[in-house]
Amino acid sequence: MRKDNKRTIALYMFPAILMIIVLLYLPIFINLYESFFSWGAMSSSHKFVGIGNYIKMFKDEVFYTALKNNMIFMIMSVIFQIGLSLIIANTLESKFMRKTQNIFQSIYFIPSLLMVTVVGIAFKMICSPSIGIINPLLELIGINAENIDLLGNAGSATFSIAAMSQWQYIGYTVVLFVVAIQNIPADLYEAADIDGASAIKKFFYITLPEIKDTILINMIITITGSIREYDEVFVTTNGGPGYASETLATYLYKVGFRNDQMGYASAIAFFIFIVTFAIGLLQMKGYQLDE
Amino acid sequence: MKKKIVHIITYFLFILFALIIIFPLIWMVITGFKTNQELFLSPFSLPETWHWENYVNAWNKGIGVYLSNSVIITVAATALSTFLSCLAAYPLSRLKFKTKKLWVYLILGGLMLAPQSSLISLFKMVKIAGLYDTRISLILIDAAFRIPFATFLIMTFYKSISYSLDESAYIDGATTWQIFVKIMLPLSKPIIASCSIVSFRAVWNELMFANVLLQSTDKKTVPVGLMNFQGMTTTNWTLVISSMVIASLPLIIAFLLLQKQFVRGLTAGSVKG
Repeated sequence: MRKDNKRTIALYMFPAILMIIVLLYLPIFINLYESFFSWGAMSSSHKFVGIGNYIKMFKDEVFYTALKNNMIFMIMSVIFQIGLSLIIANTLESKFMRKTQNIFQSIYFIPSLLMVTVVGIAFKMICSPSIGIINPLLELIGINAENIDLLGNAGSATFSIAAMSQWQYIGYTVVLFVVAIQNIPADLYEAADIDGASAIKKFFYITLPEIKDTILINMIITITGSIREYDEVFVTTNGGPGYASETLATYLYKVGFRNDQMGYASAIAFFIFIVTFAIGLLQMKGYQLDE
Repeated sequence: MKKKIVHIITYFLFILFALIIIFPLIWMVITGFKTNQELFLSPFSLPETWHWENYVNAWNKGIGVYLSNSVIITVAATALSTFLSCLAAYPLSRLKFKTKKLWVYLILGGLMLAPQSSLISLFKMVKIAGLYDTRISLILIDAAFRIPFATFLIMTFYKSISYSLDESAYIDGATTWQIFVKIMLPLSKPIIASCSIVSFRAVWNELMFANVLLQSTDKKTVPVGLMNFQGMTTTNWTLVISSMVIASLPLIIAFLLLQKQFVRGLTAGSVKG
């Protein structure tokens, strides 16, 4: 490497750095500042309330409902997009499935190419008691579906949306894990075969340790994704019925843009920032930037 | 024998899972050809006549406009972020200077920032800047959020290129810019392709900012447009469905044509080696 004059170096980086500072970092600081005020986009009053918005947040029942729903997304995503998807990827890589591996992999991957809006609206129709196909299917196998409205009932809404999200993305993580497993040196498995290790043993003693970095990074992406969760809920139930399926992000949208309590929305936004930033630090560690 | 039974059961489960994945998709495509009555009365059967005009209708009723908006915004944001990332990644991976680490952390730190937590303040900033309801605001914001990851991918790639290439070019009297344009960019075609696919997919799907920052119908992107469509034509569900099928085609076709690049792009960064 060679020393270059500072101006040349600065010119290369300037546009990217400028955009990042103005559009990524500055908004976080503005958001923090605004969270100490009571204000709205429609009204001209802009009153300092200190940590009032944060106190309001921790006393707000909907905030906890939202937090709980984010957790449901997180747990389901980890079970399906990490756990089940690892098992599927590992099975696809076993010898007897090699021939059909590509077909299964491609089919499972297709939903992740669709827009969340498309999947969400289609899912809404499929679940609808009047035009959907889920309820008639349940009737077919002898379940009384009269009171079943997957997205309309408070008890089932969040679980249904989270299930839809698994349907869409499990194939994506399957592909990630298949590629990671294919990168494991083949002689590790050959040595294990000579020792007569079973498939399950090979999975736990070779595959898992060898791809643990990939698992870790995907785990962090999945977890931060669940805390950021917005699109799926916004498209299907928009937080309803009532506030039953609200997540932090959809709630902040509603508080800010529907109720025009921008200050309070900023406080919720800052909470999301703190949580995702903390987990993101782990992600940076996963990428091992120091190398 | 026991092994064979396990294999058969495994195949059965994988085929069942494939059906669960594919059934809703087939239902969508077929429903797109039905009339509304058929949708209500016989949800499972094939349409009596295949109504191709549903798709023509969908195109004329707005999805065509939304698609072209989406293409403009996605292409512009992807090109902008990929190009700026190539530029920034070059000194950060190939040149020597004191404050390098600081800039690397600043750019990659952007990965940790959830767009959701900037929604309110970016909305306010865009309004103050007088850019509300313009495509340019969305292009800039979408591009900015793609830069950290793109820079990370490209930096990793640049580091893998042999330094002797630049050394001999320096000896021949080349400037860094000539090296960047004539050596680095041509060599990094594959990573630029992967990077563009990752960014394209993200911007193409972007709903939250597009929903808040654009207001006029003729500027809306597909994700927001579909949401409105659904509100506007509550009774005409088949029209909504055929619009969604049209909206899904570009990415699926791109995937079928560029499968290798897709998988490489989407796995880059989360799979090492």
